[in-house]
Amino acid sequence: MTATIHPARSRPRNLWSWITFGLAVAYFAVPLIGMFEFSLRKRRDVYSLDAYASVLNDPQFQSTFLFSVVMAIVTVIFGIALVLPAALWVRIRLPRLRPLIEFITLLPLVIPVIVIAFGYIRMFNTSSFLPMTGSAMSTNVLLSFGYVTLALPYMYRAIDNGLRTLDVQTLTEAAQSLGAGWMTILVRVMLPNVFSAVLSGAFLTFSIVLGEYVFAALLDRPAFGPYMVAIGGNQAYEPAALAVIAFAITWGCMVLIQLAERLAPHNRAKR
Amino acid sequence: MAYLTLTHLEKSFGANKVVKDFSLDIAKGEFVSLLGPSGCGKTTVLRMVAGFEMPSSGTITFDGQDVMGLRPNQRKIGMVFQAYALFPNLTVAQNVAFGLKVAGVSAAEQQARVTEMLALIGLPDKGPSYPFQLSGGQQQRVALARALAVKPRVLLLDEPLSALDAKIRVSLRTEIREIQRRLGITTIFVTHDQEEALSMSDRVVVMNGGIAEQVATPFDIYNRPATAFVASFVGALSTLRAEVAGPGRVRFGGTEIAVSGALPASGPVTLALRPEAAHLGRVDGREVVLQGTIRDVHFMGSVIRIKAEVGEAMLSMDTFNRADTPPPPVGATAEISLSGRDLIVLGT
Repeated sequence: MTATIHPARSRPRNLWSWITFGLAVAYFAVPLIGMFEFSLRKRRDVYSLDAYASVLNDPQFQSTFLFSVVMAIVTVIFGIALVLPAALWVRIRLPRLRPLIEFITLLPLVIPVIVIAFGYIRMFNTSSFLPMTGSAMSTNVLLSFGYVTLALPYMYRAIDNGLRTLDVQTLTEAAQSLGAGWMTILVRVMLPNVFSAVLSGAFLTFSIVLGEYVFAALLDRPAFGPYMVAIGGNQAYEPAALAVIAFAITWGCMVLIQLAERLAPHNRAKR
Repeated sequence: MAYLTLTHLEKSFGANKVVKDFSLDIAKGEFVSLLGPSGCGKTTVLRMVAGFEMPSSGTITFDGQDVMGLRPNQRKIGMVFQAYALFPNLTVAQNVAFGLKVAGVSAAEQQARVTEMLALIGLPDKGPSYPFQLSGGQQQRVALARALAVKPRVLLLDEPLSALDAKIRVSLRTEIREIQRRLGITTIFVTHDQEEALSMSDRVVVMNGGIAEQVATPFDIYNRPATAFVASFVGALSTLRAEVAGPGRVRFGGTEIAVSGALPASGPVTLALRPEAAHLGRVDGREVVLQGTIRDVHFMGSVIRIKAEVGEAMLSMDTFNRADTPPPPVGATAEISLSGRDLIVLGT
């Protein structure tokens, strides 16, 4: 028996697919293109990069951006150090608690950031048992804790999904039978095998930290989020340029993730 | 002198006691299989030896040293898992070197040991390959090499052949046994496959319901099963109901037969017979001849298994296939001969 193909019948379906795809692309691309076009209009009647130059040369941009990048890196490291062992432990030893842990990690999405921020400030103010708002350094540490909390839903899910692709229990036992302790198992066995998942979590955390406003503003830290809000209130073209820069950074992170995944030796060999 | 001693081991998960008063002495270099159906506790015993489960009571010693307080990574064991458990991000060579690296062995020594181990498993050129580039059998051999590379005190094999296809399973079990003999490493092998256990082991522990039903050589397990469970679990057999006719004698199908097992003083008794101990037709030296009706014929290549109804019993017989002697047709009547010394007394 032979199958008959009806090209005439599949053509309208293809057309609708392309129309849907085109609409979706337009929905996302048109505002971006519009914003980019607007960011180039700072000089009257001619396209220029003046807005970008103005933003990039602003010392406040440099300092706030640097601050947020450092905070993002600290948050990513702290987040991985917290979430990877926790997710692994839950998978190996406390599988029954997984729904509870997942619920807890979702709470930052449900509770407004301002509530979490006020909770932190109330718990760790200068008259509390742990006065973390007493100095700039300890406030920065508190800010990174807050960022870890905000990124928890994304970081936990990314890492947990990565662990789901592995036979975590058996790999752990195999490593233990070869003399490995928990640190070796985490660093040499689990982390390399969930690296792309960890990177996804790290990238999301990075994006959240770069744009976060409430925590940084309430803790009065010189971060990129408050800077973007401030500049948006009193300038016209620079906020658009900032938004484009932020998108470029985000896309750059995505490219880096893809590159890292492709260059991982065991992934490269699969191709 | 026992090298590995398990004494009165018990393990409960909540109210469920999965291992009950399990004791076993294993000599240095011995290959012992734990054989039993799913849920009999064999894997739990192995995991207690490895340190992955803590016994509810009892002790475990390696070469006289109590290892109960040691974590799995301190026990110096080598373990091979059913699911291979090779680290996917590491090459074959890196997998084999993993334990050596953890132990802080020098790079040169690691290299030498990896080369030696890969040669031992017959994969000297696979060092740079990743696990997913190997077949299941090759992966399991690498897992064996990885476990052996650290020179463990005890090798633990947790159903290592179960995930492989039949042909590879047979060749790999021979290979594992050869390597074990060559290295003289004390080994515990967990399996539910009686053929694997009988063909590979110095001794077999048949487990059921958390207890060791019998610990003996494969020959004794098969020919002198200690309990009805061992007799029924290991190999095929037919059961016959007979009456005790006197000391050492039973009556079956109107015939009095002398048997070698311990009999009750009187009353009914259950006997078992291996398929290879019953013969179609009259055979010299088989003093019992029964009349039966052929009910089933299974052609299995070199062997033909015939089932015949004898009274209320169904007897299985294995006969070698001969091209000039076709098996009898189903429904035909036939004489079946057997010897009383081949009957296994299972109890009342």
